[in-house]
Amino acid sequence: MANMAGPAAAPGPAAALQHDGRPSGDDALHVENLRGHDRGPYSLVIPAGKCTILSGPSGSGKSLLLRMIADLDPNTGDVRLGATSRNAISGPAWRRQVIYVAADAGWWADDVSAHFDDFEHSRPELDRLAHQLGLRPDILSAQVSQLSTGERQRLTLMRALARHPRFLLLDEPTSALDQDTTLAVEAVLHRVMAGGIGLLMVSHNPAQAARLRDAQYVMSPSGLKTLEMHSA
Amino acid sequence: MSPIILTTGDLALASLLIILGAGLSVATSLNIHRTLLWMALRMVVQLLLVGLVLRTVFALSSPWITLLVLLLMVVAAAREVGSRQQRRLRGPWQWMIGLTTVSVPTLTITVLALTTALRPSPWYDARHAIPLAGIILGNAMSSASLTLHTAFNAAWLQRGAIEARIALGDDRRTALGPILRQAVRSGMLPTLNVMGAAGIITLPGIMTGQILAGMDPIDAARYQILLMFLLAGGCLLAAFLAAWLAVWRLTDERHRLRLDRLDARGSDH
Repeated sequence: MANMAGPAAAPGPAAALQHDGRPSGDDALHVENLRGHDRGPYSLVIPAGKCTILSGPSGSGKSLLLRMIADLDPNTGDVRLGATSRNAISGPAWRRQVIYVAADAGWWADDVSAHFDDFEHSRPELDRLAHQLGLRPDILSAQVSQLSTGERQRLTLMRALARHPRFLLLDEPTSALDQDTTLAVEAVLHRVMAGGIGLLMVSHNPAQAARLRDAQYVMSPSGLKTLEMHSA
Repeated sequence: MSPIILTTGDLALASLLIILGAGLSVATSLNIHRTLLWMALRMVVQLLLVGLVLRTVFALSSPWITLLVLLLMVVAAAREVGSRQQRRLRGPWQWMIGLTTVSVPTLTITVLALTTALRPSPWYDARHAIPLAGIILGNAMSSASLTLHTAFNAAWLQRGAIEARIALGDDRRTALGPILRQAVRSGMLPTLNVMGAAGIITLPGIMTGQILAGMDPIDAARYQILLMFLLAGGCLLAAFLAAWLAVWRLTDERHRLRLDRLDARGSDH
């Protein structure tokens, strides 16, 4: 059950990297001298299978950094997946491996299921994932307009996971959720990491950061700082 | 049967309708009398000038003068495509896309019609080429203008949905496909309506003009049918080009959505 949401459950790009759950070679996400929106340069390393928390005051550019890593906005500098630079592959190919999940992402069809169209073969996997995220069983046959904010937020995470990325850039993934549901999502994120997916997550919640983080960066107008932790 | 020649007195009489409209606007504070009078005046001056110019150009019957007139018309239309848009591309792009979307359909369809169906001699005869190019140009212009309007507004309003797809790794063709289809459809809509309504709800302008000028109704209908086909072809080409170029310019080589290339111009409609 542990790899349900992870790449080991279905053939994905990350599947080849994993042997007995341990990363083989360099499979971290390397961010080097990233500049854009008159900000930066930012440099950091986001390890695979771990959670890196990004915190800092509103407006300090956390979402913009995530968007630049996913190559959604014009920027300079390099981001590498292991030894592979994003410039060596197309934008869409890069974004299929490094998926940015916005806090309130958009929907392009009326039916929820249309957003999972290409993944009909993994329907049992989706149903299990929906259950783990605390979503009602018939959620995939619902209409987007009938969803609550919290349901939309979890489905946004779900449709990203359904594409089997290697890294997820999560922008406050539990901002619309109550405490119990937040913990359910965190449990899924732990499983996702066990499957080898690396997380870079914006969170304003210190307790959540403490529960999930393997490392934490604090962003301020002057730049990015590593948060020293007493216990890992 | 020869056309009835209108006198200046006839026109002055008809212009009373505009004066009456302006009076109504003042009386009911509709506030459109100024625009109405100004536009009516512009229309009179422009049409009389065009008549004068065309008389001269026909008399000269030089292919180079004809081409020059056509080019001037295309440039003016390209400017019109950009104006009155709520959102437009920054820099020279709006103008360049406008120029491409009106010139390519107009020149293609005009040359096609002159060398196949109409075949005046010589084929570039100004008396045929200029009015034909003019009517195709006017329709291609509205079509391109509507298409760009829809494409830019839809991309702006649906940016969340587009970005969601791009963030999940869809390419620009997939992510902006719905916008492209909406834009082409809205650009084609007036032409489709006119074709569907032709003869039942409206008697098209060309046919009306030719019947008033003394042509046999069946011959006038044939003329109109040919023109409708040409116009539909021109509009489709213009709409397709405009939508394709808009989507191309709203994205970049990394398949990012580039709404920063759009300028919003307040909320004038």
